[in-house]
Amino acid sequence: MDFSYTIWIPLIPLALFVILGLGSKKIPPSISGWMGSIGLGTSFALSVYTAYKYFSVGKVNGVYEAIIYKTNWLNFTETLHIDMGVLIDPISVMMLIVVSTISFMVHLYSRGYMKGDDGFTRFFAYLGLFSFSMLGLVMATNLFQIYIFWELVGASSYLLIGYYYTKPSAVAASKKAFIVTRFADFGFLVGILIMGYYTGTWDFMELNNPEGPAIMNWAATSFMGMSVITWALILIFMGGAGKSAMLPFHIWLPDAMEGPTPVSALIHAATMVVAGVYLVARLFPMFYFVDDGFALQVVAYVGAISSLFAAIIALTQYDIKRVLAFSTMSQIGYMMLALGVSKYEGHEGLGYMASMFHLFTHAMFKALLFLGAGSVIHAIHSNDMRDMGGLRKYMPITHITFLIAALSISGFPLFAGFFSKDEILAAAFENNMLIYISSVFVAGLTAFYMFRLYFSIFWGKDTKYEHAPHESPMSMKVPMIFLAFMSIAGGYIHFSEYVSADRVPFAAHLNYGLAAIATTVGLIGIALAYVFYKKENNLAEKFSNAFGVFYKWAYHKFYFDEVYIFVTKKIIFGMGAAPIAWFDKNVVDASMIGVGNVTERFSYKIKGMQSGKFQDYAMSFIGGGVVIAIVIFYIWIN
Amino acid sequence: MDILSLFVVVPIITVLFLGFAKDLKQSRVIALVGSLVQFAMSVNLIFAYLKERAVNTDIMVFVRDLTWFETFNIHYAIGVDAISVVMIALTAVIVLAGVFISWAVDDLPKEFFISLIILSTGVFGFFISIDLFTMFVFYEIAVIPMYLLIGIWGSGPKEFSAMKLTLMLMGASAVLSVGIFGIYFNSNAGGGPLTFNILEIAQVNIPVAAQNLFYPMTFVGFAVLGALFPFHTWSPSGHASAPTAVSMLHAGVLMKLGGYGVFRIAMYLLPVGALNWADFFLVLAATGVVYGAMGAIMQKDLKYINAYASVSHLGLVLFALLMFNKTAWNGAIIQSLSHGLLTAMFFALIGMVYGRTHTRDIAKLGGIMKILPFIGAVYVITGLAYLGLPGFSGFVAEMNIFVGAFQHDDTFHRVLTILAVSSIVVTAVYILRMVGKIMMGPLSNEEYKDLPKATWYEKTGLVILMIPVLIIGLMPFGLSEMLKESIQPFLERLL
Repeated sequence: MDFSYTIWIPLIPLALFVILGLGSKKIPPSISGWMGSIGLGTSFALSVYTAYKYFSVGKVNGVYEAIIYKTNWLNFTETLHIDMGVLIDPISVMMLIVVSTISFMVHLYSRGYMKGDDGFTRFFAYLGLFSFSMLGLVMATNLFQIYIFWELVGASSYLLIGYYYTKPSAVAASKKAFIVTRFADFGFLVGILIMGYYTGTWDFMELNNPEGPAIMNWAATSFMGMSVITWALILIFMGGAGKSAMLPFHIWLPDAMEGPTPVSALIHAATMVVAGVYLVARLFPMFYFVDDGFALQVVAYVGAISSLFAAIIALTQYDIKRVLAFSTMSQIGYMMLALGVSKYEGHEGLGYMASMFHLFTHAMFKALLFLGAGSVIHAIHSNDMRDMGGLRKYMPITHITFLIAALSISGFPLFAGFFSKDEILAAAFENNMLIYISSVFVAGLTAFYMFRLYFSIFWGKDTKYEHAPHESPMSMKVPMIFLAFMSIAGGYIHFSEYVSADRVPFAAHLNYGLAAIATTVGLIGIALAYVFYKKENNLAEKFSNAFGVFYKWAYHKFYFDEVYIFVTKKIIFGMGAAPIAWFDKNVVDASMIGVGNVTERFSYKIKGMQSGKFQDYAMSFIGGGVVIAIVIFYIWIN
Repeated sequence: MDILSLFVVVPIITVLFLGFAKDLKQSRVIALVGSLVQFAMSVNLIFAYLKERAVNTDIMVFVRDLTWFETFNIHYAIGVDAISVVMIALTAVIVLAGVFISWAVDDLPKEFFISLIILSTGVFGFFISIDLFTMFVFYEIAVIPMYLLIGIWGSGPKEFSAMKLTLMLMGASAVLSVGIFGIYFNSNAGGGPLTFNILEIAQVNIPVAAQNLFYPMTFVGFAVLGALFPFHTWSPSGHASAPTAVSMLHAGVLMKLGGYGVFRIAMYLLPVGALNWADFFLVLAATGVVYGAMGAIMQKDLKYINAYASVSHLGLVLFALLMFNKTAWNGAIIQSLSHGLLTAMFFALIGMVYGRTHTRDIAKLGGIMKILPFIGAVYVITGLAYLGLPGFSGFVAEMNIFVGAFQHDDTFHRVLTILAVSSIVVTAVYILRMVGKIMMGPLSNEEYKDLPKATWYEKTGLVILMIPVLIIGLMPFGLSEMLKESIQPFLERLL
């Protein structure tokens, strides 16, 4: 099995970045759009080919083998070094498909969406950089390589959120996204350093080996009552929580919607934000075996709470992209909790499989939702759902594809989201009742807010538009139709035959009882949304008023942003940076100047000579130094 | 003429030629030719060094020794290892870029370039010396022109800043000279003549009491130049007043003399003192890392931001040196290179913005990227490189430092290390704040609409600096292995 060609999958987008970035002023939009699309099309084709080849021949004795090509990039110590390479195993191949598919679709879509924009070529250059970094991230062979690409996706996300750089809100959002995730990455880096020091390796194969020293010796050193390895895993998960917008690091994600909508679809819905899930999945044996899965419990609860929390906020928002952003956070919470409740072997590893399955289907339908939202925004130039209504007449394709995606995310039977969500709920049901109940509730909320969104945009009141909205061009419709197809067909892939915690395929079956419960809850959500938002009425308002303060809290996102602003502005800047700046000016610097002044007066008094010339001062300094040296030396030898 | 002495001779010849130059055009061409020759020599030196190193296992290669002053056994002794070679290359790159950046200096151009080249003579001489006295003389040659360059070609309260900078550095030199004489007078513990040659001194063990006394003097004497907290305050005001090329050279190269001296002299010759004083200075260095970064958040002047950022990044160099292991030391040297290049880029960019808008106040700047796309884009890239993004040199340096620092598993080192690692977050805050404020957002002033675009020489200067940043960042393996080999003998003295 030769997979060495897979190195080209990330390198093609990198080449695009370099070419388009250097020629951003010279290459005309028509060419750069096609270059980007064809390049990513090639990466997409290579990924599909790789998946086909790997899943047909990758098994040795019933277990999927990991195939690794790597080279030494930097040596730290005798044992610790950074390798660069590609790792081909079931989850990395699956992620290759996800990333290259969505990236390819977004490239195609952006040709229409970004048409006429000043920075068109620059936009495609950034997309290339992002695609490269993300593809490099999923193929990483070791923790440090993943960290390197992790930082690079963060930087490309920064550039893309701030793409409209003359808009202050976009600049602020890009800064916020970078700094919040950077703070989480600080934890990640410390986790990596701890891991490296105590296990002596960053290589995934060595770390993840259940019989290997890294896992077997977890109890060797402890810190504050826990194994240091558990601390490392929790810190590494902190990085994952930052990128995946889990509580309490989620605050950057809604603001990141300031970026162009195709970017939101690519980065903030389908690929970069699931990097945290991928990271936990990548280190799953460590999370599971070390300290009897304590770190995994943390993952489960953080996921479950984030999932519920985000779903509640999504009910109250009016900006369609922000609704989708909170929805993303909620669905990623699902993936996290599925990993968190999973076990390792055979059918017990259902949660792991479900998480990856949901990651896959979610990427398809959530990207589609964003592309649909982009199509709507493109048509009416507003993000606010209160400005919308009745758009089904004007935009039939957008309407149908959006409906398919909404049904899929709501878990409507026979759509992709139905299958993957059912597996998650089944895994939760088998392992943790509390999380299961919360997840079912979230399923209902999801259906409700999704259809609130759907009805408000495409039904609801008949808004009078200044310019009649028109359907988007073919370049935008094609990717939407393809993703709509995937939002249904994706569910029929037998994921458990390809992806499992211990790499051994197993058979997963639909649990009809649990599916019936989840479906009923979902249908209730849809029905409520139908009653509230299908026709214009004031039911929703009355309903939200009934919740009073709680509604207000949810509308204000539980004041998390305010808390953050308080902590950064008042505590870090006010009690850290500002006093330091003051101290530096008035104490440290003043004392240095003071010494200078005293010296000057002193020399004036004793020598009666104040030339003001620098040479004199220099001479006295040096002379003094030499005198002191001689004196000390004299004392010394006696 | 040997390969090393040329680095001192070529600048002197350049200065002689500059003496005959009549106007700006002639002086800049002469300065450019001179710095191009230096650059070519430094590239040649890297290859010559690698070739020599393959057959020569001495600590220093290309060694040459001429007696200078018999009575006190002062020699003109030179030699290089990998560390001095890369430092020489760094100097040559920054001087070359500095000449391009100063291409249109209008005030006394001849004298300006003369001072600049003399300064580089001092720096080159410092890096090739293996004799304490020679080294100290070159060090002073490098520091003196700084006063003139700031005092004459600077801006703002330039005389005061120049005076403060020079006095603090002179004060440090005085302390340093005590340390150096202390070493000299103890260099014959085994009997025989006193010597200034560092390789010879390294053969003897200086009495422990003397080490404990002279180590802090030598360390502080050098570290003031490396902006050790709390002796860093000459740097913000000095940089703020200095002309662009001088800031570039000063922050890019001269401040590196500090870390280099600590490594080459203080720690190598006084190993016991180094170990005894390690914890004390480590606290200062780690404080400086966070303190500088926090200080940078609150600054309003672009050059002040960069100066405080330098306190933080060079604090990391000293921090790494005090970790006493190969990985951290490797990181310290790469950080010196990386910081030198990036800070020179920042100062060059600030100079370009200031030259056009006549302000460095970030409150008055905004949306410049729209008008000056090249400068804006390079500014953003430099910012990202400065905050340690992978693919640029800063990442390689910082990761070496952090991994190295993590090899100590006692609580004291752990706490300080995590404190130092946290600077990656604070760095992101001040860099993005600065970039977001001045380059992005709406245009702050309608008058900025017609700012002239970047000229060819400005672009050339920036590209010259960017290339090594990318080379180190993308392919660190060779550099890192080459440095480690030279670090080994220095490390062995301490273990």
